[in-house]
Order: sequence, then C-alpha cells, then structure tokens
Amino acid sequence: MSQDSGQVADSGVVNDLITDWADDKEVFKVHWGKAMMWIFLLSDTFIFTSFLTGYMKVRTSSTIPWPNASEIFALSFGGDPIPLILIAIMTFVLITSSGTMALAVNYGYRRDRSKTAILLFITAAFGLVFVGMQAFEWTKLIVEEGIRPWGNPFGAPQFGACFFMITGFHGAHVSGGVIYLTYVAIGVLNGRYEKKGYDIVEICGLYWHFVDLVWVFIFAFFYLW
Amino acid sequence: MSASDTGHQEHPLSIYLWIWILLFVLSTFSYLVDYYQFQGALRWNLIIIFMMLKAGFIVSIFMHMTWERIALISAILVPPLCLLVLIILMSIEGKYTHSQRATFFGLDEAPVVEHHGKKEH
Repeated sequence: MSQDSGQVADSGVVNDLITDWADDKEVFKVHWGKAMMWIFLLSDTFIFTSFLTGYMKVRTSSTIPWPNASEIFALSFGGDPIPLILIAIMTFVLITSSGTMALAVNYGYRRDRSKTAILLFITAAFGLVFVGMQAFEWTKLIVEEGIRPWGNPFGAPQFGACFFMITGFHGAHVSGGVIYLTYVAIGVLNGRYEKKGYDIVEICGLYWHFVDLVWVFIFAFFYLW
Repeated sequence: MSASDTGHQEHPLSIYLWIWILLFVLSTFSYLVDYYQFQGALRWNLIIIFMMLKAGFIVSIFMHMTWERIALISAILVPPLCLLVLIILMSIEGKYTHSQRATFFGLDEAPVVEHHGKKEH
C-alpha cells in the first residue's frame, strides 16, 4: 500500500497520521460529505455487527437444533431442489450492482454525465431486483414454510426472529439505497452537480458498496453457517 | 498530486473489472462450499477465508480505502475492533447459556417455545 509521499518528504504512515490530527485544521482531507458518509457507515457497522452478534449468541445458546438454512432456502425449478440457489443469485445480483456502481463513480469524475446516470440507473435496477427476490423469499418462508418470528416447524424458534430482523434491516438499506441512487442519477442527468463536482457519486457509491459488504457477512454467517 | 491528496478517487477501469471478476469467483466458491456440503473445520475455514477476501476487496478497492490517507483509514477501521470484544464475550456467554439450559432443561426439551405458550410439536 503506497501512501502519498508528495506532501511531506520522507513521511511514513505514522507521520501522516500525526500531521493530520495534530494541527488546528480539518483532519480528513476529503469532501466533507464523504467523511460524513464514512462515519455514518461506521455507525451502521456497529448496528449490523450487534445484530449478527445477537444472532450468534441466540444460536449458540439454543439447545434445540438450528434449522438447516441449506434446506430451507432451497428452491426447485421443476426438478430436485437446489440448495441456497436463490440466495446465490441474490449475491450475484448485488455484486453485479457493486461493479456498475464502481464504474459510475469513475465516469462521474470523468464528467461523462449520460454514462454515469445510466450506470446509476442500472445499479438501482439491480437493487430493485434484489429487493424483489427478497420479497419473494420472505413470502415463501412466511406463507409456505410457516416461519414466524416466534417459532417455526424446523427447529429453534429464534430462527425466524433473527432472520426477519437481519435480512429485513439489510433489505431496508437496499431499498433506501435504490431511492438514493435514483435521486443522484436524476441529478447527474439534469447537471445538478456540474458546479459542486461529482463527489456525490462516490459518496452514494460508498453507501452502496457498504450494503454489498454487509450482505457478504450475512451470506457467510446466516446462510452458510 | 496523488488521489489521496485531492480526495478524488479516479483509477483505471481495469482495476474495477478485475476485482469484479474476483468477487464473482469468490462468491461462486463460497456457494460451492454449501453445495458440496463441506462440513466441520474445513467448512468454517473456507467460509471465513472467502468472506474476508470479499470484504477486503470491496473495502480496499471499491470503497477506495487503499488510496485514502491513514487518518481516514484509522478513523474508520480501528473503532470496529472493539466489536471483537463484544463478539468474544457473547460467544463465551452463548456457550455458558447453552450449558445451563442443557443442565436444567435437558437437550431435547423446548423450554423457550413453552414460555410463549406455543407448542409447535
């Protein structure tokens, strides 16, 4: 990892840290919105980690076997049920949207407005697909499998509470992100950021990548465990 | 001026495309862990490795952490370390609760369900 060496000659990483924090001036040499977004995401990290830790606590203390996610989330397309297939597709959808988001940030700084807006709309569309699939999954679980926050036919009753809370909170983040991205995309298209600069695309990109990041952990701990 | 001085994060598209492909491959791998029903320590290690790699690539490349100044990196990445304390404590607590339930309620009982007056079986 190469830190910049242009500003303070022979400065190491520790020197950079001290210089940035030491003086009576702004610490973070980035767009203020970006610093704020990072701090918001830091707080969100705490929320999601607390949820996942609570889930871990509940799951390890349960004496009743935990329902097998691999079977519950299996889906059959005519033939034998394929384990976790819907979740795998959702994962790929979210990663794809992360990729288009990264490209949007890039084209934003190149001030290519139409490409940036199109990529943002594509990202939002993938987000909608993700939320749609989640709605389908919830419906299937509630209506067909009879999973409730207080119990289910497969094992430990806490399964439903953990599932609905964690994926619900994540789904709310995705839905919020879709609205946010659409708003920014329309702004890009209308030239709202021509004077202010295109940091806004990077900032909403940070949010979107974070949503993808959280899904990585949910996928590992909730679906694969 | 490098990217970390201006705060602008503009990098060659090829980096993003490579990371994108890598994330796809890693996700496929972690899905295959379940598909082929690896169990035990192997399963856990594979899940955690693929998860950490994916998280690392997203944060460092997609979220541009690699190119930020150390003041921002440390402000964001150091505080979550205290969450490790919470995770460790709750993991100990979870095992303890489990042992107490096993001792006093037995392993096959469903005391939590009965508390709510709902007998599922």
